[in-house]
Amino acid sequence: MFEHDVLVIGAGLAGMRSGLAAVNRGVNVGVISKVHPVRSHSNAAQGGINAALTDRGDPWQDHAYDTIKGSDYLADQDAVAVMCQEAGQEVIGMENMGTIFNRDDSGRLGTRKFGGQREARTFFVADFTGQALLHVLYEQVLKAGVRVYEEWFVLSLIVRDGQCCGAVVMEIRTGDIHVIRAKSVVMATGGLGRVFEPSTNALICTGDGMALAYQVGAPLMDMEMVQYHPTTLKSNGALMSEAARGEGGFLINSTGERFMERYAPNMMELASRDVVSRAEQTEINEGRDVNGCVFLDCRHLGPKRIEDRLSQIRQLGIDFANVDMVEAPVPIRPGMHYQMGGIKADVDGLTSLPGLYAAGEVACVSVHGGNRLGANSLLDTLVFGRRSGEHAAERSRDMVHQSIDDNDSETDRKSIQGMLDREGRELFGKIRFELGQTMNTNLAVFRNHSGMEKASSEVDRLRDRFSKVVVADKGKTFNTNLLFTLELGFMLDCAEAIISSALERKESRGAHTRTDMPERDDKNWLKHILVNRIGDGDREIQHLPVVITEWAPQVRSY
Amino acid sequence: MDVTISVSRYNPDSNLPGSYFQDYQIEVDDSSTVLDALIKVREEIDGSLALRCSCRSAICGSCAMRINGQARLACNTKITDILKRGSGSVSVEPAGNMTVVKDLVVDFSPFWTKVRQIEPWLQPNRPPPEQEYIADDDDMLHLAGVMDCIMCGACVSDCTVLNVDKNFLGPAALAKAYRFVADPRDDADVIRLGDLNKYGGIWDCTRCMQCVEVCPKDVDPMSRIMALRDKAMEEGYTKTYGARHAKAFSDLVEHSGWLNELQLPIRTFGLFNVKQMFKLFPVGIRSIINGKLPPIVHRSITGVENVRRIFERVRDKR
Ligand SMILES: Cc1cc2nc3c(=O)[nH]c(=O)nc-3n(C[C@H](O)[C@H](O)[C@H](O)COP(=O)(O)OP(=O)(O)OC[C@H]3O[C@@H](n4cnc5c(N)ncnc54)[C@H](O)[C@@H]3O)c2cc1C
Ligand code: SF4
Ligand code: SF4
Ligand code: FES
Repeated sequence: MFEHDVLVIGAGLAGMRSGLAAVNRGVNVGVISKVHPVRSHSNAAQGGINAALTDRGDPWQDHAYDTIKGSDYLADQDAVAVMCQEAGQEVIGMENMGTIFNRDDSGRLGTRKFGGQREARTFFVADFTGQALLHVLYEQVLKAGVRVYEEWFVLSLIVRDGQCCGAVVMEIRTGDIHVIRAKSVVMATGGLGRVFEPSTNALICTGDGMALAYQVGAPLMDMEMVQYHPTTLKSNGALMSEAARGEGGFLINSTGERFMERYAPNMMELASRDVVSRAEQTEINEGRDVNGCVFLDCRHLGPKRIEDRLSQIRQLGIDFANVDMVEAPVPIRPGMHYQMGGIKADVDGLTSLPGLYAAGEVACVSVHGGNRLGANSLLDTLVFGRRSGEHAAERSRDMVHQSIDDNDSETDRKSIQGMLDREGRELFGKIRFELGQTMNTNLAVFRNHSGMEKASSEVDRLRDRFSKVVVADKGKTFNTNLLFTLELGFMLDCAEAIISSALERKESRGAHTRTDMPERDDKNWLKHILVNRIGDGDREIQHLPVVITEWAPQVRSY
Repeated sequence: MDVTISVSRYNPDSNLPGSYFQDYQIEVDDSSTVLDALIKVREEIDGSLALRCSCRSAICGSCAMRINGQARLACNTKITDILKRGSGSVSVEPAGNMTVVKDLVVDFSPFWTKVRQIEPWLQPNRPPPEQEYIADDDDMLHLAGVMDCIMCGACVSDCTVLNVDKNFLGPAALAKAYRFVADPRDDADVIRLGDLNKYGGIWDCTRCMQCVEVCPKDVDPMSRIMALRDKAMEEGYTKTYGARHAKAFSDLVEHSGWLNELQLPIRTFGLFNVKQMFKLFPVGIRSIINGKLPPIVHRSITGVENVRRIFERVRDKR
């Protein structure tokens, strides 16, 4: 058995920022990740990170307003205020630790424009901002000597006397199962993109943390709010960053028209993502598409600007769409990208389960509400990663460990053995693919009751099949076959939570657009939806009012 | 179209000894990558195939492996390109210079140990600025070229020196070291260069270009290593054989317009370095036998002043 004051699950930006904050407070920290930290999905963030630097003439309140409007008024305004106020300090802190950022002419940090915002307040490193931040945090974690469990997989959380006090984990290399005891646990396992097929997310984004928390009774919030990004490639769902539009790229339909003129005359291509994705999907549904796609046109930016600032995106287009954006418009369409919802957490990362914290994409502090602004997610991971690490450290300081030991891994050992012993023909790959397709058909940009009901019964059927799934690889060493099967179990839980929340919300708001209920209904639905598992398989749905401070809900136009 | 891909398999838990190739027949299209094919195998044919992969877009660094003998990222290598280039077949093996754990998964721990060895974190030696450090955009963009490194290990896989000397820090760690030495915000460059100057460091690279060739991110590790050599010499680290060899080489050419091969070892090792001189003895004998003995009296070439002028120019440019 291993032991830490604070155990951080996940080594993306949120996890490593949290671990660093905790170790700086002088407690013993362990960070565990199913992939090497620099392989975490945070490295995929191309565009940048938002911060309003108030002393440079961009008041944080403006950033807060853009965020809240972007969220379709579902974000908790007190939490948004915390995030926007602490943004500058976080970005500058990362710079001081060694992140290289693009500069302006005076050698200070430079910015670019991003969607849904009136100011250029997105700080960036060419088009690999996430990677640059992630590598620097890893460097700092090395420097601080934090124990990192690289390529260890969390199987379940341990709860004793109503407190989360550790985790059961598997060392992937050897297949050995261990218990890690901790006074506080910070969940930072990122998103669930793979529940949808296709998705911009990496193959490791399987919603593990949301499911792990859900399984021990920590409620999930705003799960119906799934973001479809306006510019993804058809072939494999890869993302063309919003930076392309931030730098001035156009969206055109099959007739060559800049169609955003009709949907968002002021902000055009840089309206909020839900707005742009709906516009594209409408163009596609109404036949102004080519093979199910509209186009991202960057030709007018010229080769130099594209090479300096969008080189990676250009390469993606060449590799996966056979189109060089310098020469031709790239076919794109809306694609699943981000989960606004997650484990309900407050601004210090506290969840409803004592001892369990959550930060990053896995959490729902509710700063994104119904629609996240581009470049607000990296900010979310850093601000709330740090805050949860600090809080968890303070909480753990004068505590004693719960008395748990290796026997607490017995349930997991048995269920894994059960999976390995099973014989039959059901393959995880097929179930996973069908799950993704079902979700992408019925819970995409436009939704309706019957589609969501259909998805719900389909997920029940898939769950049935999952109980018969066989693991071909019976060995212990690096058994990825077993891991994918375990992940599929987590994904099914996430799908269930998404669908039940989506069926519950009887209006259209942000990313949740129902063709059968197209209006926003502030009177009845200006509230969060929480879904919780009680007992074996039963679900409980609750509502929670949205925190409104100074920004009263208004009609949303861009 | 249908293709056959041969995948190197190894499972330490089975009683099959060593690794072997297994062929899989799969259907792919024009834009399919090697990774797509491997995932297809894993999800539809043989779930037991082990490999690392995540982002599918050349950013997470998980999927470096040897494809038709050369290290590449499986996720940005199109099958059609490989077929065009090669013999019409596709073979996939684990990355080289690292121990195989299972199938296409290799043990990266020596890779990370070397990265840790170069103390890869910013080490400023001045009070932290109130806001950001002021820095030139061009300097930052220059660093961005190195920061692009995704730690995939393709370069390490195919580095010819690592193949014979496991102690070499290797292209990835050295490129990372350059990133700090060249960072105007880092103040530890002199100490860093001192460490890099030791055995296993910058002078052990043979400039074989493999790392440049295979790097999927155009990080160009070899040039970074050469830049580190220059900086080390500028800082006065001229005492290693490698550094002395480089300095002697250029001094001699500047002096006479061509290389004085007899002088070179003397200046590199020192005339009274009996041990090294003795080691060179057989080389001398062999060159005499093969009629390759350099002239005892070394004359300058005609037009040597032009050569010297080139050297001046280069010095002015710095
Ligand atoms: C293509 C793309 C581009 C994006 N661009 C931007 C952008 O420009 N700006 C922006 O603000 N946001 C962007 N985002 C969103 C943003 O990148 C993510 O939301 C954010 O990085 C998530 O960070 P995280 O730390 O929460 O999780 P991640 O970085 O996903 O890390 C999760 C960690 O948890 C670990 N983990 C997961 N499950 C387990 C388990 N069972 N056991 C052990 N460890 C586990 C993983 O190994 C990993 O270390 C983008 C997203 C995508 C997909
Ligand atoms: S150039 Fe140097 S570092 Fe690069 S592969 Fe060759 S020997 Fe290794
Ligand atoms: S230098 Fe290139 S090949 Fe080497 S690890 Fe970095 S990205 Fe990979
Ligand atoms: S899968 Fe991430 S680099 Fe290939």
